Amino acid sequence: MYPEVKDEKNRNGVISDDFGAAQKKYSKSSLYKDAWKRLKKNKLAMLGLGIVIVLILIAIFAPLISTHDPISRIKEDSSLPPNKAHFFGTDLLGRDIFSRVIYGSRISIQVGIIAVGISIVIGLFFGALAGYFGSLPDTIIMRIADIFFAFPYILGAIAIMTVLGQGIVNIFIAIGVLGWASFARIFRGSILSIKNKEYIEAARAMGASHRRIITRHIFPNAIAPIIVFGTMNVGTAIIVEAALSFLGIGVQPPTPAWGKMLSESLSYIDIAPWMMLFPGFAIVITVLGFVLLGDGLRDAFDPKMKNR
Amino acid sequence: MDNNKLLEIKNLKKYFYLRGGFFLQSNAGVIKAVDDISFSIKKGETFGLVGESGCGKSTTARVILRLIPHSSGSVIYDGKNIFELNHNQMFKVRRDIQIIFQDPYASLSPRMTIGDIVSEPLEIHRIGNKATRIKRVKELLDVVGLNPEHLNRYPHEFSGGQRQRIGVARALALTPRIILCDEPVSALDVSVQAQILNLLADLQKEFDLTYLFIAHDLSVVKHVSSRVGVMYLGKLVEIANSEDLYSNPLHPYTVGLLSAVPIPDPELERKRKRIVLEGDVPSPLNPPSGCTFHPRCPLAQEICSREVPPLKNYRKNGKDHFAACFFAGKSI
Amino acid sequence: MIKTKVIQDSYNNKVLEVKDLKTYFYTDAGVVKAVDGVSFDLKKGETLGIVGETGSGKSVTALSILRLIPEPPGKIISGSILFNGNDMLKLDRKELQNYRGNRISMIFQDPMTSLNPVYTIGNQIMESVIIHRKLKKEAALKEAVRLLETVGISEAIKRLSSYPHEFSGGMRQRVMIAMAIANSPDILIADEPTTALDVTIQAQILELVNEIKHKTNSSIILITHDLGVVAKYADRVMVMYAGKPVEFSTVDNIFYKAMHPYTLGLMNSITRLDKKKMGKLNPIKGSPPSLIDLPEGCIFRNRCRFSSDICKKSFPPLREIESGHFVACHRAEEILKKDQRAI
Repeated sequence: MYPEVKDEKNRNGVISDDFGAAQKKYSKSSLYKDAWKRLKKNKLAMLGLGIVIVLILIAIFAPLISTHDPISRIKEDSSLPPNKAHFFGTDLLGRDIFSRVIYGSRISIQVGIIAVGISIVIGLFFGALAGYFGSLPDTIIMRIADIFFAFPYILGAIAIMTVLGQGIVNIFIAIGVLGWASFARIFRGSILSIKNKEYIEAARAMGASHRRIITRHIFPNAIAPIIVFGTMNVGTAIIVEAALSFLGIGVQPPTPAWGKMLSESLSYIDIAPWMMLFPGFAIVITVLGFVLLGDGLRDAFDPKMKNR
Repeated sequence: MDNNKLLEIKNLKKYFYLRGGFFLQSNAGVIKAVDDISFSIKKGETFGLVGESGCGKSTTARVILRLIPHSSGSVIYDGKNIFELNHNQMFKVRRDIQIIFQDPYASLSPRMTIGDIVSEPLEIHRIGNKATRIKRVKELLDVVGLNPEHLNRYPHEFSGGQRQRIGVARALALTPRIILCDEPVSALDVSVQAQILNLLADLQKEFDLTYLFIAHDLSVVKHVSSRVGVMYLGKLVEIANSEDLYSNPLHPYTVGLLSAVPIPDPELERKRKRIVLEGDVPSPLNPPSGCTFHPRCPLAQEICSREVPPLKNYRKNGKDHFAACFFAGKSI
Repeated sequence: MIKTKVIQDSYNNKVLEVKDLKTYFYTDAGVVKAVDGVSFDLKKGETLGIVGETGSGKSVTALSILRLIPEPPGKIISGSILFNGNDMLKLDRKELQNYRGNRISMIFQDPMTSLNPVYTIGNQIMESVIIHRKLKKEAALKEAVRLLETVGISEAIKRLSSYPHEFSGGMRQRVMIAMAIANSPDILIADEPTTALDVTIQAQILELVNEIKHKTNSSIILITHDLGVVAKYADRVMVMYAGKPVEFSTVDNIFYKAMHPYTLGLMNSITRLDKKKMGKLNPIKGSPPSLIDLPEGCIFRNRCRFSSDICKKSFPPLREIESGHFVACHRAEEILKKDQRAI
């Protein structure tokens, strides 16, 4: 918050001169550095970031962390509650739940990041087309996006999975393709707000090509909301993957996936609650981590939050 | 008569067609943002364009640069109508005609360093290599009064006045002949405003520049311009030599506009007779018939609502003085 | 010089007295001393102009008087604001609401955002009348019509049911004025009331405010960066720089006998309609300092043509150099004597 905010900018008004002067001394940095500074102050966001980093490390070093082979079955160990050998107990087939949860993080993180990556690539491309060129491309792209919006997410994923067949790659594709519309809409929105800025006009006045304007001027200024929404969407993608696996059309056994583990243990919830509890917790914490981080990023990128 | 016309605007029109309805079809109305204006800018002069918001002065600059398409008319530069140039020819013309914007916060991309911003025009026009471009950027920053060593900083590290200087440096990068200044100082505080006005004057002398100076502040326009055009609702209502326009305004709108500006001299203000124009500027969507100024005009008669007054030359002492009013020069 | 006489007559008629007001904003980057030791008084029926550039603290001063500073990050840390002898800073919330919009009211800069878009014009005017004067709805309606007519809006009855977006900027500012004068306040604070408006509309609005002042004999604090507006409408002027008042006197003294180098610099920076073609302007060098990191000694010395060693040592207090002419400059007398003002 800066005093005399009203004065800072208005139609015919005056722009604060010492606003810049104040900035000059205290933040010799770009917007990303500023955002990082603000993010660091947000405890919840840092918690989210911590969770995400730990999760990624767990996924990478799963073989080192896990205590057992997640796939091998030991009949005599079937349905053990948590104990010294099996921290989270074992499942019906005698597999170590701790190791399965650890390995399950690989699927979740992969799906989350790759599927959202696919959504972002498609979304940015069409969002840029729609926002920058407007008129007919805009109408066509945004109406198609509306159709995607109208489609229930899980139902759409089920439909795509039945057409493509099961398998991890197809999960990426299904979730990625379904998610593009939100990214396209957000990116189009930020482009529309930037398109008429004077620095874009300045670039056009010096003869810059469309490609240059989009890549050098619009893109760096419009990407922040995509980062924010993308982070939050990783959580959603993980839930959709879990739901698909739960419904039996996602990851195929014996590959450990949290959603699958939930559905397998559903019938034993009263006699062996640990089978469900630990993968359930894993999902909750993972999603929470990404959502907290995304939320923090949004505040960090919002200049109105500056110095608050 | 004048062979030193650098830029000639002839019967320029820019209409915006409002579209209504779901399927982008039906015409909901026409805004005549620029409605048949003609003027020329001589080499080395500063032509001021004044008017209130929505009069079409900024649109004129954007149409001249082909940032938005024109509706009809022509802009002659170097003997050619720039609206008829193909992409490559226009690309070359852009080196000669540059623009400075009003808002020093919106006219610089916040994610680029000022070095990148000032060198971008050179990059686009493939002038020099990286090293020579950096050298040139430093030169330019020095010319506009900034520290050349600051080229790695971002715009938000600078004050409003300094940012406007960066905008000026960018406009100068391609050594243009004409700079369109679109309200270059109206967002700045008075003391900074004066610094930028001085800078623009110095640059004009040093680099032999021609300015089209667009502003709503009459005293600023008077200070910088050799000739001034007054716009009202998309039309030029008066064009004259700066001194003549201010000492002897012919169009009643100009009279009202001049009278509305309070003079920073209490004694003078106490004596001054003020003509306060009544009413609002009409909506450009639904402009009045005949002379668009007639509903607010203290001189209006019946003819004014019927016919559009032509821009006529009331030449005096060998100097052109155009006004579009049936009762031009009549005292109010 | 009839004006001077009027001022002297009402010399003891102080409606408002602000003493050593300090309003700071606590930000991550540091403490912004937006208003730092402002003192002035306002007499009945006078127009006090507060002039300064962006960040000079003129708007924060106005907001502080009404205690409209957002807290946090802002805080009025010291001083007193005596309104008819009562300290505004000691009032509780309820008492304060009796003053706001009633005894002291404010017109803001941007008429586009200061009206609520979802209520009709009539609704918004009547609200203020009903709250403060406890009028019945019918009486409030009549009052609203009268107010709209006062501010020059024709067909007032019809206009009551209009929404703000149906009005132009100038009309909206008229509505704002109608609301501000609804309870015939003693003080009207106009914070850059015409900055967002076109020149011809600006003239209409300022004439209206002036007319109302004469009709109601209320006092006006006119905050602006436009020296022309000050010259035309103000009786006395306070010039502010970086949160501090640097010169305070009658409008004639400020324009013809200015002693503070900043005031002189401002006068030399403006382009003027009444002068024949001028050569180059003579602006103040540099830009205003950061309010977080003010220079030691005199806050203006880095940009000052007259600065000397003494200016580094201490900030000069506001001194009464001549009767009724206050200047915060160590070298005010010299500047006046030498007449270095002519450049």
